[in-house]
Amino acid sequence: MRSILIDRIQGLVTELGEILVLCRETVVSIRYQRPSWGDFLAQLYLIGVKSQTVVVTTGAATGMVLCAQTYFQFHKVKMDTATGAVVSVGMCSELGPVLAGLMLTGRVGASMAAELGTMKVTEQIDALRTLATHPVDYLVVPRVLGTLVAAPLLTIESVFVGIAASYLVGVHLLGIDGAYYLANMQRLTDPPDVIMGLIKAVIFGAIISTVSCYKGLGCRGGAEGVGRATTESVVMASISILVVNFFLTLLLNRIFLTL
Amino acid sequence: MIEVRDVRKNFGTQQVLRGASLRIEKGEAVVIIGRSGGGKSILLKHLIGLLRPDSGSVLVDGKDLACMDERELLGVRRQFGMLFQMAALFDSLDVFDNVSFVLRRERKHTEAEIRALVADALDRVELPGIEKKKPAELSGGMRKRVGLARAIVYRPRIVLYDEPTTGLDPIAADRIDRLIRRVWEELSVTSIAVTHDMKSARTISNRILMLQEGQIYADGPTDQILQSTDPIVYNFVNGIAAPRAEAN
Repeated sequence: MRSILIDRIQGLVTELGEILVLCRETVVSIRYQRPSWGDFLAQLYLIGVKSQTVVVTTGAATGMVLCAQTYFQFHKVKMDTATGAVVSVGMCSELGPVLAGLMLTGRVGASMAAELGTMKVTEQIDALRTLATHPVDYLVVPRVLGTLVAAPLLTIESVFVGIAASYLVGVHLLGIDGAYYLANMQRLTDPPDVIMGLIKAVIFGAIISTVSCYKGLGCRGGAEGVGRATTESVVMASISILVVNFFLTLLLNRIFLTL
Repeated sequence: MIEVRDVRKNFGTQQVLRGASLRIEKGEAVVIIGRSGGGKSILLKHLIGLLRPDSGSVLVDGKDLACMDERELLGVRRQFGMLFQMAALFDSLDVFDNVSFVLRRERKHTEAEIRALVADALDRVELPGIEKKKPAELSGGMRKRVGLARAIVYRPRIVLYDEPTTGLDPIAADRIDRLIRRVWEELSVTSIAVTHDMKSARTISNRILMLQEGQIYADGPTDQILQSTDPIVYNFVNGIAAPRAEAN
């Protein structure tokens, strides 16, 4: 039992080390090689444009549910008009980036791991290397840059749609006064809430792309290996987002409170 | 010139290469033969730095690949072209983008020059006019010929072939063999192939190395190896399975 635990910990530490090496390679590549605009824009389209439906739907559903639940609790203490503020702060600083991140993990991260994994097992990655092309330059950098740009943009979109949906539910369905709803939302949502969400979105984007590329490039063993790499990338990126989110919340709140 | 010195490679507990050594001079057409799973492809991948030896060294023009990092290896690999067993064409790109891949990445050629070079390479492999097709639309033999076009379009000095005729019908295999021979003759490249197809080995090589038990067991001119009376070489070349007792 103890040896299994030690093996697991060793495996985790090794994986973390390898992911850090991949991060370093990516930074070196961005710094010293010229990333291809064409590849970057293609990834931005695949990651950003193609993910809008799922992210917008998630944002709208979350905003509506959060609004309804908050209203039912606040109504008991006659604080109905504070509902918009709770939705706004919650969406901007927590739910927006986390849920957009989790949705991107499922849609984009899985796709990246499966695509790179298939390329690995069919020797296309080796073919790239024989064609004097570093896989990080050609495959990882455009995906990482694409996700770093797309994640905060999708988060903004998700938050905006979530708040708009909550307004519709709160004002038109639950009968909250629209003027107070918006006024309280504006009064209690501070710039740090928005900035915190955007910082989180960028970091989650880095996690999703790096973990997915790492799992894809490390894929072994044919179709079964591709399936395993895809599953592992989604699990690892999702858990990482949830764990990192907690520490980011503590850290960023401390930072913004002292400013 | 390529030199392999006492290369050893293990995968887990399996010893694949057990001190393989060889030397290939510029302009040779060499075939490495040996049993399936005997480490031929592994040896080939060491020559281009796709795999690193556990011990020993691989020298290309005197530079030890084992001492280079991945980015330094990219420069060395520019001298190589490689045709993979399943061609390894990029699924997401059409034939033109596959063949022009290196030319576009290097950013040294104009679009017109790239088109001319790709057309010339496809012409050499007898597949003109298929630039717009996707790899999924091609037969096995066509994929290998496109792979060959991709490997020679940027005029490498050394071309590696990993099982070039595996999985092809005899006609398609013969066509690939003739193309490999023609590439060697017309482009003056060093040609190194891995195969267990003796007909192919006879056509595309002027020297044969036999890998046995992770080491180079036999090395000589093609005719000499094909006519060898050494029992291991003879049995392999003529496809004779040794009786169980003898094999043990």
